[in-house]
Amino acid sequence: MFTKILIANRGEIACRIIRTARAMGVRTVAVYSDADAGALHVQQADQAVRLGPAPAADSYLRGDLIVQAALDTGAQAIHPGYGFLSENPDFVEQVTQAGLVFIGPSAQAIRAMGLKDAAKALMVKAGVPVVPGYHGADQDGAFLAREAAKIGYPVLIKAVAGGGGKGMRLVDGPAQFAEHLASAQAEARNAFGNPAVLIEKYITTPRHIEVQVFGDGTDAVHLFERDCSLQRRHQKVIEEAPAPGMTVALRDAMGQAAVTAAKAIGYAGAGTVEFIVDGAGGLRPDGFWFMEMNTRLQVEHPVTEAITGVDLVAWQLRVAAGEPLPMRQDQLGINGHAFEARLYAEDVPAGFLPATGRLDHLVFPSDARIDSGVVAGSEIAPWYDPMIAKVTVQGPDRATALRKLQAALDATEVAGSVTNLDFLRLLARDADFVAGVVDTGLIARGQGRLCAAPVPDAQMIAIAAVVAAYIAAGPLVGFTLWQPLVRRIVLGQGDVVHEVSLQVLGPDQITADVAGAQVSLRRHGADWGARALRHGVRQVSVFGAQTVTFSIVDPLARGSDIAGGDVVLAPMPGLVREVAVQEGDHVVQGARLIVLEAMKMEHVLRAPRDGVVASMCAEPGDQVAAGDLMVALAPI
Amino acid sequence: MSDRALHEAALAQVRDAAAAAALGGGQIARDRHLARGKMLPRDRVAGLLDPGSPFLEVGATAAHGLYNGAAPCAGVIAGVGLVGGVQVMVVCNDATVKGGTYYPMTVKKHLRAQEIAQACRLPCVYLVDSGGANLPNQDEVFPDRDHFGRIFYNQAQMSALGIPQIAVVMGSCTAGGAYVPAMADVSIIVKGQGTIFLAGPPLVKAATGEVVTAEALGGGDVHTRLSGVADYLAEDDAHALALARQAVASCAMRNTCNVNRLASEPPALDPASLFDAIPADLRTPYDIREVIRRIVDGSRFDEFKARFGETLVTGFAHIDGWPCGIVANNGVLFSESAQKGAHFVELCSQRRIPLVFLQNITGFMVGQKYENEGIARHGAKMVTAVATTKVPKITMVVGGSFGAGNYGMSGRAYGPHFMWSWPTSRISVMGGEQAAGVLATVKRDAIERAGGAWSAQDEAAFKQPTIDMFTEQSHPLYASARLWDDGIIDPRKSREVLALSLAAACNAPIEETRFGVFRM
Repeated sequence: MFTKILIANRGEIACRIIRTARAMGVRTVAVYSDADAGALHVQQADQAVRLGPAPAADSYLRGDLIVQAALDTGAQAIHPGYGFLSENPDFVEQVTQAGLVFIGPSAQAIRAMGLKDAAKALMVKAGVPVVPGYHGADQDGAFLAREAAKIGYPVLIKAVAGGGGKGMRLVDGPAQFAEHLASAQAEARNAFGNPAVLIEKYITTPRHIEVQVFGDGTDAVHLFERDCSLQRRHQKVIEEAPAPGMTVALRDAMGQAAVTAAKAIGYAGAGTVEFIVDGAGGLRPDGFWFMEMNTRLQVEHPVTEAITGVDLVAWQLRVAAGEPLPMRQDQLGINGHAFEARLYAEDVPAGFLPATGRLDHLVFPSDARIDSGVVAGSEIAPWYDPMIAKVTVQGPDRATALRKLQAALDATEVAGSVTNLDFLRLLARDADFVAGVVDTGLIARGQGRLCAAPVPDAQMIAIAAVVAAYIAAGPLVGFTLWQPLVRRIVLGQGDVVHEVSLQVLGPDQITADVAGAQVSLRRHGADWGARALRHGVRQVSVFGAQTVTFSIVDPLARGSDIAGGDVVLAPMPGLVREVAVQEGDHVVQGARLIVLEAMKMEHVLRAPRDGVVASMCAEPGDQVAAGDLMVALAPI
Repeated sequence: MSDRALHEAALAQVRDAAAAAALGGGQIARDRHLARGKMLPRDRVAGLLDPGSPFLEVGATAAHGLYNGAAPCAGVIAGVGLVGGVQVMVVCNDATVKGGTYYPMTVKKHLRAQEIAQACRLPCVYLVDSGGANLPNQDEVFPDRDHFGRIFYNQAQMSALGIPQIAVVMGSCTAGGAYVPAMADVSIIVKGQGTIFLAGPPLVKAATGEVVTAEALGGGDVHTRLSGVADYLAEDDAHALALARQAVASCAMRNTCNVNRLASEPPALDPASLFDAIPADLRTPYDIREVIRRIVDGSRFDEFKARFGETLVTGFAHIDGWPCGIVANNGVLFSESAQKGAHFVELCSQRRIPLVFLQNITGFMVGQKYENEGIARHGAKMVTAVATTKVPKITMVVGGSFGAGNYGMSGRAYGPHFMWSWPTSRISVMGGEQAAGVLATVKRDAIERAGGAWSAQDEAAFKQPTIDMFTEQSHPLYASARLWDDGIIDPRKSREVLALSLAAACNAPIEETRFGVFRM
């Protein structure tokens, strides 16, 4: 076994690897960017080495610096975690050439699975089922129609160069094929300058089920499946194991196919074989197809650990250190059911926009597994994945585990950043999900219901006002000789303003008037009926069924409002990609002003009204913070 | 009726009076006030204070029954509350009461609030919305020592002592009233609402013919930009109050505690049981310790000299953690009781422990034996001690407050930091029956000297008006209307009232006492 390893990652996965390494008596070296100098993984590791500035390209993607750090600190092996360099074969070679061990598969195995089409061809050769389709160069209409018939309707026509649904058509039968092909090709030509399309079988009720495999270079086992069907635009939200409705026959078939895939490339370490499974009319052993293989530890590996009792990171270290597979297939079994929910700093009602902020308050339930790289007081920086934590629960059966997941999410409290917690809570109670009827379209169908902005009731607003008012404790609180005084508190919630009149009737009793609704509150311990707290800069969060955050309107901040749609502010921290207008330009409402790149997405800032650009405060390449003034329009 | 019912009835009468006073000048005036975008005066006070802050109101039923009921609450709200955790004295004009003009009782209440502030070194915040002196009563508000001018004199004195004076002009501030903001250390004015001028537009027109609007003459813009009479311009009432809170914070003061305060502890006996434990009829004697045990921390009372001069109970205790020496009547004062009282006051003065007087006193014992042994001499010792001690004094009239007993027990004339009354208490130079009896005796002597006769019926008819007069005038509402005390309280809140009074009083340093000559 190694005596010291370097972890080429950050956040929760770095912390998670440190935990196992420490349990095995292996010392750890963390690496960090300037943005992470105070991060939890840096604190937890035995040693830490600075890589460079905050952008990943200058830090966590600098393989050369990472290898050098390992050499400098005397680490014998490098664990890549997931993301960053974990599936970069060149990096693997750099590591091995430096005489160090890469804790993961070989460069060759990564390359074999890296190119999707080549990987599929390899799988076909190994006898692993793949989604029927035509990916060839022949674009003749009649030929493609014949291929479509061969695949079996319904089929999907997709632009080869495509993305974002452009140049994609669903065809139910041969009659409409020619028409849809023409329009898909035309759209592909317009959008990408390349009309080439491919044809794939369309699976009406697709489920995403993946199999955890583990190899030692010669042999391989599988650790059963995970169902990751609860996705939002290919982003997994809640994962579970085993998959609901899974049969022994299908599990064996999928497990065997996955092991075959791993063996086909001489796989060493932890990997995941992803399949698309047809969920229509029950799972069938012939209804699953290979999609791709992830040659790394997955984000959602804790659910597998929860049902198998295996520490996958420990296995990774042992296999990388030259040990054979710690267990045979027949020694592995499933114990109960597990769920993992991913808690992110993101603005769900605004379309899951990544959020940033200081986590003023962070409370997790004690009876769930929490994988987190942050603590109360940590910043969610704009540079990396805005994950706050993974909440994993295990129970003897699915219903019990689900109840534990609901309870764990209910007991979780975050303040300082918007999060997807409410969304997760609603999702964990979704009727279909509860019934185990899942597919990758579930979230999209329930979007409106699941993603609605929280609507606080009078009680929550009253509690927020009381916490905002900061009512001290003590026997004289609220004392008056005769009538109680009426104190007005003004709260903001987005564009909504709540006016609350408080009458403190005594140390532990308050009556609030919220838009005419009378709410009577009593203090129990530190709470007034729900957990709530004041945090950050004049903010109050109430942790009820939903977490609602209010701003405490500053009565002194008067006369300084820049109102009337005269300004455009940066909606989030990001990098200015493009500036489309200049000072003095006339713009119409909706005109493109600035393109902001944030969290791998481009955000177009548009003119709020017709007008003249009075000042342009951004230049391409500027790094801006949320709320920064970007453009000012001349007043009307 | 049970004692509880009698207590409740007496309390209800005061509560109703206080509730009526809190409404100020009535619904029409309140609606008009609100229509101008102004906050009601009590909401202004609430907006100034910390949410949930205790508010120890002074003179809540001042001017009750005076001026034909034209000046509820004397047209001004006053009391001690917290701003940013710091105790301040708030004085807030009620413009719904005759435009906030100063009746004689308004002046008296304003001065009383300042007197408390000065004694306790509390920063003062004046929320001004007043037309100045009430002209029909000008002879009773303008010329004398304790009239209108004294307000500004006090501001200057307190400013000189380093006690912050902050004015918020939220409405008119005319003539003499203009000096409230002008004399303040810091003044804030509300845009389009506050005005400050020595003479308003009508008077200017009459005097010089100049036609000018109130805003151009002395509005917020003028005073913060041109004249410098005000320092901060507020957008509205809420903004002005926030600025006032900021102004208090900028004084960088904190409450000071000039005694050794302990952690607070509730009494072992529930104060709410007072109404069952104490008779409502003043003529029924009871043990004053029943009251003490329902007021002090842990119901613990270190009684001093318990076996001597038993009609005066003295001892040490804590109220909400504040140490205090309690002097409480438990019957008529004898020579021994008075000597014991003087001794105890001297003891507390030496130790700089605040004094709490619980008054239930019919007076000093009368009669040849007592006069001959020099009860006046012994009483004088107690009065001297109470008059000259420098420790804070808080007086609470829980029963009778009659005759010289009032003096020895730190009545109003003895400058207690605060003086409170229970609804069942009575105050007068002597009992109504006794007074009528004295007058009747004099009259009977005269009639009989002249050889006439006076029937018992005639005597009763003669006595009745005096009895009626005393009944009316000894009532606490009558007393409080005239600010003979600082207010009537719910007896069950005695502990909180004393705690807040002590907190305010202990904010000022306690000077060394030098007593006057004791007649030994």
